[in-house]
Amino acid sequence: MPIKFPFSRRAAPSDAWTKCPSCEEQVFNRQLERSLRLCPSCGHHFRMSIGERLDLLLDPGTFQERDAGLQSVDRLGFHDDRPYPDRLEAAQVKTGLRDAVVWGVGEIDGRRVAIGIFDFRFMGGSMGSVVGEKLARCFEAALAERIPAIVVSASGGARMQEGTLSLMQLAKTTAPLVRLDDAGIPFIAVLTDPTTGGVLASFASLGDVVLAEPKALIGFAGARVASDTVGEEMPEGFQSAEFLLAHGFVDAVVPRPELRATLGRLLRLLPVPVAADGASADAERPWGPLGTLSGLAERLGGAVSETIGIDVEAPPAGNGSGPAARTEAEAEERS
Amino acid sequence: MSDLVTSSAPRSEEAVEAAWRRVQLARHPERPRTLDLVPRIFEGFFELRGDRAFGDDPAIVGGPALLEGRPVMVIGHQKGTDTESNIARNFGSPHPEGFRKAQRLMRLADKLGVPIVTFLDTAGAFPGPAAEERGQAEAIASSIKLMTGLQVPIVVVVLGEGGSGGALAIGVGDTVLALENSVYSVISPEGASSILWRSKDEARAAAAAMRMTALEQVELGVVDAVIAEPGDGAHTDHGATARVVREAIVAAFRDLAGRDTVELLATRYARLRGMGAYLETGSASSRPPAPPSLTRRIGRILRLPGVPRRPRWSEIWPSADDDSESERGA
Repeated sequence: MPIKFPFSRRAAPSDAWTKCPSCEEQVFNRQLERSLRLCPSCGHHFRMSIGERLDLLLDPGTFQERDAGLQSVDRLGFHDDRPYPDRLEAAQVKTGLRDAVVWGVGEIDGRRVAIGIFDFRFMGGSMGSVVGEKLARCFEAALAERIPAIVVSASGGARMQEGTLSLMQLAKTTAPLVRLDDAGIPFIAVLTDPTTGGVLASFASLGDVVLAEPKALIGFAGARVASDTVGEEMPEGFQSAEFLLAHGFVDAVVPRPELRATLGRLLRLLPVPVAADGASADAERPWGPLGTLSGLAERLGGAVSETIGIDVEAPPAGNGSGPAARTEAEAEERS
Repeated sequence: MSDLVTSSAPRSEEAVEAAWRRVQLARHPERPRTLDLVPRIFEGFFELRGDRAFGDDPAIVGGPALLEGRPVMVIGHQKGTDTESNIARNFGSPHPEGFRKAQRLMRLADKLGVPIVTFLDTAGAFPGPAAEERGQAEAIASSIKLMTGLQVPIVVVVLGEGGSGGALAIGVGDTVLALENSVYSVISPEGASSILWRSKDEARAAAAAMRMTALEQVELGVVDAVIAEPGDGAHTDHGATARVVREAIVAAFRDLAGRDTVELLATRYARLRGMGAYLETGSASSRPPAPPSLTRRIGRILRLPGVPRRPRWSEIWPSADDDSESERGA
């Protein structure tokens, strides 16, 4: 899954200790890795990488990543104190990821799910066109394959470097949820530290079930923005998982060691109904027998894409921005 | 797709000045607000108030009206015109109950088959603790979701400031129009300045970098068409502004009138789905299959033969006779 750079750093940072922001205890990094990244003295939930999250939640060996090749582009020519492409590249080197979300299909207690996971280390988990596209495809795959959708969010919100295109990802990720409703496919949102801004103001708030990790920062506006605008200090604990639970926007605050079992339980309780009127799930798929082949190709492709480097073959013309370009690309694929 | 840019570089001084001038015009104190235009564009507007759950938010107004004698539902952000009315209207920044009122009006329009016109003019949704407590993010998210599935045409007009999620919450449409001097952005230029430049003084540069003017938004595909403003800007002539906005709305509805419900929803979905720019590298076969057609969705409502519908409880929980066939719930 991660892109390997010849010059990327080793997984463990040079310093072996991390200070717990909650109890200020010094924690040995190795110990954090062994303990689901929980502080051994106070239980503080440190942020997790996508790989750690997959190990935590999915049955071993069941995850197949999809759409690993989606790459952000700088449509606006955005430049603050650095050009956006430089920031992207720096984030790719730092995380070994191509963008802030990985999605794919895997199993939890033997039940297939379409799952998308954020990595906050990649530009603050911000949602640009690639993140939006991946999540939309995740929901559409859940719909086509009639499997539940799960998204584990950790994001500061929309990616400012993509301007209103990133704002439009709020609508792009939300629109497929209407179709999931109509098809009777459940969607579970798991909010982890932090989930704010445009991500909370779109799909993340709209789970049929919304779970959150303890003490996670969850809110619409950053506390600094809020206090600047309102001109008063924000109350303690405002915008925490527990605050949202108390105000009715979260169903349960689930400690990390129980998260996988909780998801497994929910998947048993929220079954995907077999398509009614004798129409099997396959009959709904727009692809016929050929679809099986393309499904196979997809699986093979998924396996291949795990090992590709960053400079893969030249992208197709039109490169998938805008519906017209996409149809073109599709036509090319079929021919 | 026209190429907006080819390189990432700070924008020229003229571009920065031009962008900032638009921002100032969009925020002009005499710029026509929703309630300045509504009586000039529509007949018989009747304001409906309250979200039926918490209260009424004066930062969003709405209600039924007639356009050329035909019923429409009008919804818009409402800024004040002076300090006192701005305080009453919270400077056009809605609380969750404002978005929930808008949702209530949209559901009513959907129920009656009445098309919707929305006017965007807000710096953004209000970020205070009370708004957080009542679920600001959820209110925006559920508004967006509702709009993507409404079975009536929606025309959106950006009047002044299209401020982030607070604007998009009533801004998902089949046709999105923008007045010439309006702006649309993911965050205010001041906010972008303090986060990305770590300074309060780079709002001008941020405004230019985000390409937030109406014309640039057309190039990005976020806005479909720009409405030219009269004279030196909409603030100089509210009457003339109302006329051009009215003409543009009527033309947009004429254009949408040919679409049946299935096509309307499919086109709206495709419009949103196509938003954004990215490269697709690696295996092309990892593209997921296209989602099932919308006839399923419509079929459920109309009960067309042969179209799957939502399962009834009896299918989830079969009677003793056919229990043996049930494998679900295991």
